[in-house]
Amino acid sequence: MSNPTPPVGPGLPETQTMVSDTVTAPAPERQGRHAKKSGKPASLWTDAWYDLRRRPTFIISMIIIVVLLVMSIWPSLFTSIDPFNARSCDLATARQGPSAGHVFGRDNLGCDLYARTVYGARNSIVIGVLTTVLTTVIGGLLGIIAGYRSGIVDTVASRITEIFFAIPSILGALLIAATFRGQYNSILLVIIALSVLGWPMVYRIMRAAVITAKSQDFVVAAKALGAGSGRIMFRHLLPNSLASVIVVGTINLGNFIAAEAALSFLGVGVQSPDISWGLMIADARNRFLEAPLPLVIPAVFLSITVLAFIMLGDAVRDALDPKLR
Amino acid sequence: MANGGEPVLEVRDLVKHFPLNQGIVFKKQIGSIKAVDGVSFDLHRGETLGIVGESGCGKSTLAKVLMALERPTSGSVKIGGRDIGQARGGELKRMRRNIQMVMQDPYTSLNPRMTVGDIIGEPYEIHTEVAPKGDRRKKVQELLEVVGLNPDHINRYPHQFSGGQRQRIGIARGLALQPEIIVCDEPVSALDVSIQAQVINLLERLQNEFGLAYIFIAHDLSVVRHISDRVGVMYLGKFVELGKDAEIYDRPAHPYTQALLSAVPVPDPEGRERRERIILQGDPPSPANPPSGCRFRTRCWKAQEICAQEEPLLQIRPGTGHLSACHFAETHDVVHAG
Repeated sequence: MSNPTPPVGPGLPETQTMVSDTVTAPAPERQGRHAKKSGKPASLWTDAWYDLRRRPTFIISMIIIVVLLVMSIWPSLFTSIDPFNARSCDLATARQGPSAGHVFGRDNLGCDLYARTVYGARNSIVIGVLTTVLTTVIGGLLGIIAGYRSGIVDTVASRITEIFFAIPSILGALLIAATFRGQYNSILLVIIALSVLGWPMVYRIMRAAVITAKSQDFVVAAKALGAGSGRIMFRHLLPNSLASVIVVGTINLGNFIAAEAALSFLGVGVQSPDISWGLMIADARNRFLEAPLPLVIPAVFLSITVLAFIMLGDAVRDALDPKLR
Repeated sequence: MANGGEPVLEVRDLVKHFPLNQGIVFKKQIGSIKAVDGVSFDLHRGETLGIVGESGCGKSTLAKVLMALERPTSGSVKIGGRDIGQARGGELKRMRRNIQMVMQDPYTSLNPRMTVGDIIGEPYEIHTEVAPKGDRRKKVQELLEVVGLNPDHINRYPHQFSGGQRQRIGIARGLALQPEIIVCDEPVSALDVSIQAQVINLLERLQNEFGLAYIFIAHDLSVVRHISDRVGVMYLGKFVELGKDAEIYDRPAHPYTQALLSAVPVPDPEGRERRERIILQGDPPSPANPPSGCRFRTRCWKAQEICAQEEPLLQIRPGTGHLSACHFAETHDVVHAG
């Protein structure tokens, strides 16, 4: 047997600092470069953030998302027409094509399509983002606890989710939204109705990922060190189970915006004179062959929003995996 | 015993049974897997106790019970006079500082999403009293140096290291709290032979440097012989033989040990011809339903009536110098090495 490798000093050049069992040379110095410069220790999240800022997909998706957010908060920055003002619409000009001052033309009621789309962003994005956040937090938290604890906690939580799974989501949301209609803000009601029925999906994915992760030896090693449940769940299991939840969460975002449209169509979601992309799509359906733009424009905005969030989710997922950096 | 003085670890009549349940709602216990069934030994400071045995004999369960990852069914595991099997909460956490673990698989035992600095520094985050916050990074770098890794690689991730280097990271994590005892559960069986030697030598150097006591579990008999002061041979949850390495390897008294040793590959063609081959018949019995009396009797060529009726105790037998659990124990050199 050979002698033990002597400890190597910190100041030696790269080739000499490799211990002799480095037959497979590790990847060249890439991670932690910034951390070394600032002298701060690297961690998964700081390295991920450093990596994200260099990803084109992240930059592009963030630009789109920031524009959409600004549009939701201050729609008047994007258009001088106020779609809530009845005088801005003119039935005589209904379904007119694009013209100067009305870039996308007019809808079935002769209102400016561009202004309505801009003002509709707020409701659609608020519903999409908040429902995604709520379902991810509720489903993720329950999933991680049930997956880690297993036993009776898991059994009870899983049976409850199965009950929710058995409810057809649009019918269930319709029921919730119709029952409490008028008592609460209609946007809030849509968010709650969709969240109540949406979290079991995230729960299942999180639980499955946690069960896979917890059987690995590093969890046993953490227990042997005396780590508590909180540390094991949030330092070890969560980062290793997040990838699939992020993917599902971002795809769900689009589904929720579309589900809001279905609820509006059924008369329980956002109602006129409020504007949302879902509502606009629902209104434009009847005259689609005559005038496709009133349907196409909000649909394109919806697709761009969903695409931006999916790109963001992919970038975050990749940045959180050190092997992919 | 190899070293005098108070033992750092005292294990007495340790038993771990896993219940076998039937039914989904109304669980009924229909039996139990007797993974560890009455194991006793002492471990002294700076000593290495090797534990060998075939797969499923309870080696890893023993390690888990010693680490308090599983609660013993009965018996005691005393570290510094206190029973870790009974300890709870804060006391258990404090006791963990004294016994740490090096795991088998260097690929799954390190969290892939933590930097090396976070992995080795985690013991200090859990046991905040060991090192003040400002010192932790320096301590982690010292540990990296101690195990022969570049301290500048503190911000790297496990996948950027080779298997041997990862095992060094695992060893550094085990050393962080300066324990007296390290349980090594097959620490080299996942590594290439050339790297096995480096890791074994590292473990030996650390033992000399810090006075560590090792429980070294392996199924590779030559590795165990190289590192151990004493060796325990396990069969179906029990020690069948326990003694100094030379006693076990050159003068094995239990037929099972003799059979195990006869299976060790001998590199020298001359020695290979002189060596006896004892081939055991059948498979090990199920630990859920072990044979009466001596557990090895179903595969033993010496078995008599008494073996089925009376369980042989682990004691010094006439004509042998160390503990063995066989009614017909007699020393017999199977390897004829040297």
